Amino acid sequence: MDRTQLLLTLSIALFAIGLLGVMIRRNALVMLMCMELMLNGVILSLVTFAERSAMLSGAVLVFLVFVVAAAEIAIAIPIVLLLARRRRTLDVGAWSELRG
Amino acid sequence: MNLLTLIVVLPLTGFLLNGLLGPRLGKSFVTVVGCGLPVLAFLATIRAFGQLDGAAGLALVESAYTWAVVGDFSFDIAFYFDRLSALMTLIVTGVGSLIHIYSTGYMKDDPSYARYFAYLNLFLFFMLLLVLGRSLLVCFVGWEGVGLASYLLIGFWFEDPAKAAAGKKAFITNRVGDAGFLLGMFLIYYALGTLDFDAVNAAFQGPVPPAVSASLVGVLLFIGATGKSAQIPLHVWLPDAMAGPTPVSALIHAATMVTAGVYLVARLNGLYLVAPEASQLIAGIGVATAFFAATIAVVQTDIKKVLAYSTISQLGFMFLALGVGAYGVAVFHVYTHAFFKACLFLGAGSVIHALGGEQDIRKMGGLARRIPVTFVTFAVATAAIAGLPPLAGFFSKDEILWYAFASERGGSPLLWAVASVTALLTAFYMFRLLILTFLTPSRMDHETEHHVHESPWSMTSVLVVLAVLSAIGGFFHVYLFLEPVMPLPETAHALEHLEWPLIILAVVIGLAGLAAAVYVYRGGLDRAERLERRFPGLHRLLSGKYYIDELYEALIGRPIRWISDRVFLRIGDRLLLDGTLNGMASVARGAAGQLARVQTGNLHFYAFLVLAGLVALLLWSWGHV
Repeated sequence: MDRTQLLLTLSIALFAIGLLGVMIRRNALVMLMCMELMLNGVILSLVTFAERSAMLSGAVLVFLVFVVAAAEIAIAIPIVLLLARRRRTLDVGAWSELRG
Repeated sequence: MNLLTLIVVLPLTGFLLNGLLGPRLGKSFVTVVGCGLPVLAFLATIRAFGQLDGAAGLALVESAYTWAVVGDFSFDIAFYFDRLSALMTLIVTGVGSLIHIYSTGYMKDDPSYARYFAYLNLFLFFMLLLVLGRSLLVCFVGWEGVGLASYLLIGFWFEDPAKAAAGKKAFITNRVGDAGFLLGMFLIYYALGTLDFDAVNAAFQGPVPPAVSASLVGVLLFIGATGKSAQIPLHVWLPDAMAGPTPVSALIHAATMVTAGVYLVARLNGLYLVAPEASQLIAGIGVATAFFAATIAVVQTDIKKVLAYSTISQLGFMFLALGVGAYGVAVFHVYTHAFFKACLFLGAGSVIHALGGEQDIRKMGGLARRIPVTFVTFAVATAAIAGLPPLAGFFSKDEILWYAFASERGGSPLLWAVASVTALLTAFYMFRLLILTFLTPSRMDHETEHHVHESPWSMTSVLVVLAVLSAIGGFFHVYLFLEPVMPLPETAHALEHLEWPLIILAVVIGLAGLAAAVYVYRGGLDRAERLERRFPGLHRLLSGKYYIDELYEALIGRPIRWISDRVFLRIGDRLLLDGTLNGMASVARGAAGQLARVQTGNLHFYAFLVLAGLVALLLWSWGHV
């Protein structure tokens, strides 16, 4: 197994762990963290491919994605905090009445 | 100096001033503008008339504005002033000015005084556009415009639904005719590539016949004329048009606008000369209209309705003259008719004014002493329309009868006979009107009788002028003046020796009508009522106006309403349109309701759906990429 394959395997593993976490955990904070894992898995594959094809723009794009992810998490965490303060729980099942 | 443009623009200025500023600046301003500008237009016409003589019978042509350029053809707003349009312009501005002056008295107390004069000036503008326009297109703009003005003025007192409906009826009936006019115009443009009257006439008179049937174009344009000039089968709007103020009836629905059809045919005489079939149709429709309208007029009891049917009948005479090729004679009758019919209508207006709005001649009588000026002028005009010599109507009607009899272009003894019977009826119903209104003992109620008064001088002076013109107008032989523009038809030589006997016969016919009216109505209504009881069916048929309105209602009005309701409203609008739209909306709403069940609120279920979607997408792309 060369380096590229290793890195891709790692990215798949990260993505799968994250996905599994989102699917089975009920704690909202943990679900957010798992989503970050998935995102990181995807970004890793992006960097890997960029390096392989020797394109600098891939690396630049990674930073952009990080900035967006940070902004997104900066909104998501306060929402989760507000929800937790209201119901004194982090279980997403407590908010199922927010359905459309 | 752009004299012709000035003539047309003056009334338009009046319309704008009165329409925009009139209500604010008060009655005297409206009066000065409303009457002053038409009088100025009349003076300008006289000046142009003088220049016409200097031009040795040729036409003055003036291009005011280029409307549109399409390819290598330009649509000009150009004016054409030859002897025919000069005469029509003189009638329109002259009689128009008189009626404007009369209106200042008649409409004195109306709250919408400024609106009235604005409309009247607007009418004058469009009428001048109609008679002065060089091309069919400009003429058509005027043609539609006078229809608009007529609609506005018939429905002038629009608070009354019946009067508003009369306006609509006139407008819609005219639309039917206008369709014919438009089609005729399209054909002419298609075949000749020009719409100028002089060019069209020249093309049809030229050595190479145009690639279009003259009779077809002639008939189509004549359909337009039947609408505007109230000929069978589109005559039904004119009697209802009497809902407008009486001066309007005099100006628009007697003296000027309704003669537009006659003008159109006369203007295009070069075309009709090579369209014998169309000419025959015109003569036939004309004489039939004259006869039937005259029979209806005999039993009408509303003073204005009698005059309305008499107008239709006289227009029939004009079309008879056009049909037998005597174009100048038809215009001669337009000219005399403008005087005596305007005088009659304005006299009727004066009577209505005196009686405080009463129009039923059965409730009049004995007015001769009370309103003498109105009586004398009305009597002169009545004698003129009845064709008693030496008044104006005698000359023009006699010429029409002679050409109907002897013209080489379709004259026949049959046309002459029907026209003569109509002349007899004309004399009868007009003297009936005169006798019942002015001479028999009074049948007014006490209250009305107490208030009878002669009209103010602004009205009576106009009546006197028009009565004088009705008396002497016939001595100006207009058809001879017009001969360079519109040659008279040949008359059959074998019949020449009958000319004088026929004239004498025509006079006898007029006197016979007078005698019959005196005999029947001398003692009031008794004799007439006995006649009515003896022929109840005939009387019902005539006072029902041959049930033409009812026939149209049954044949056209009701089917259209039925189709509109059943097919267009219920099936088309409600079922198809509303059904499709409402159906699509409810499908969307139902589908959304079903899809909303997916939204359980369980976040993990959503995540699972997203995953399933991703997997499905991946599988699909596996097969396709």
